[in-house]
Amino acid sequence: MTAYALAFGFGALGVALAMNLWRLLKGPGVADRILALDTMVINVIGVIVLTGIASGSGTSFEAALLLATVGFVGTVSYAKFLLRGDIIE
Amino acid sequence: MSAGIPLAVDLLVSGLIVLGGVFALVGSWGLVRLPSLMERLHGPTKATTLGLGGILVASVLWFQLAEGKWTTHELLVSVFLFVTAPISANMIAKVHLHRLRQGEKSEGSSPAGSSPSPPGAAEWATHEAPHEGTPGDFVGD
Repeated sequence: MTAYALAFGFGALGVALAMNLWRLLKGPGVADRILALDTMVINVIGVIVLTGIASGSGTSFEAALLLATVGFVGTVSYAKFLLRGDIIE
Repeated sequence: MSAGIPLAVDLLVSGLIVLGGVFALVGSWGLVRLPSLMERLHGPTKATTLGLGGILVASVLWFQLAEGKWTTHELLVSVFLFVTAPISANMIAKVHLHRLRQGEKSEGSSPAGSSPSPPGAAEWATHEAPHEGTPGDFVGD
């Protein structure tokens, strides 16, 4: 049964990523694009974790943790640059 | 793959994965569907983060109960995500208000109306340092 649940999870996250991509391309504002990128990072973390369950190996979680960190720093950097014109003042 | 695994564990992990997938899907659907950015912020920051929490708990339980390995990386990821989601949402909302003030056109009108002004003659999300009476001025409050 877990195999079916994993298939459903991969499908749901794939559709979610496609919808995020649509928002990323359409905009209309810069903030929408930042939000879409942030959501894509979160969904990709979900895909990585599901891959870890499916393959039964615990080696992919470092990738998930790194992606969570880099995604957050990236979002804050975009926002900071647009707000202040600089990232590290 | 699920040979020799108790039915209860199988059901629990499957349910959590399906729940997480549905929440992630609903969050992204909200990102596409809702009319203005302030509303679109709600989908990813709440639904998608919660959905990912479900998937991460499913992963912890699966490795603990089915494979006998105790992994805590997922807990780290979920704590990190739950801490950072409000911060990035706040930054994105500030970018939105800042761009609106600079004349970027807002898409459509929201049923909730436009954002209220802060008290006094102040504005949201400016380049100025906080001064008396503006949001973010915590000195002497």
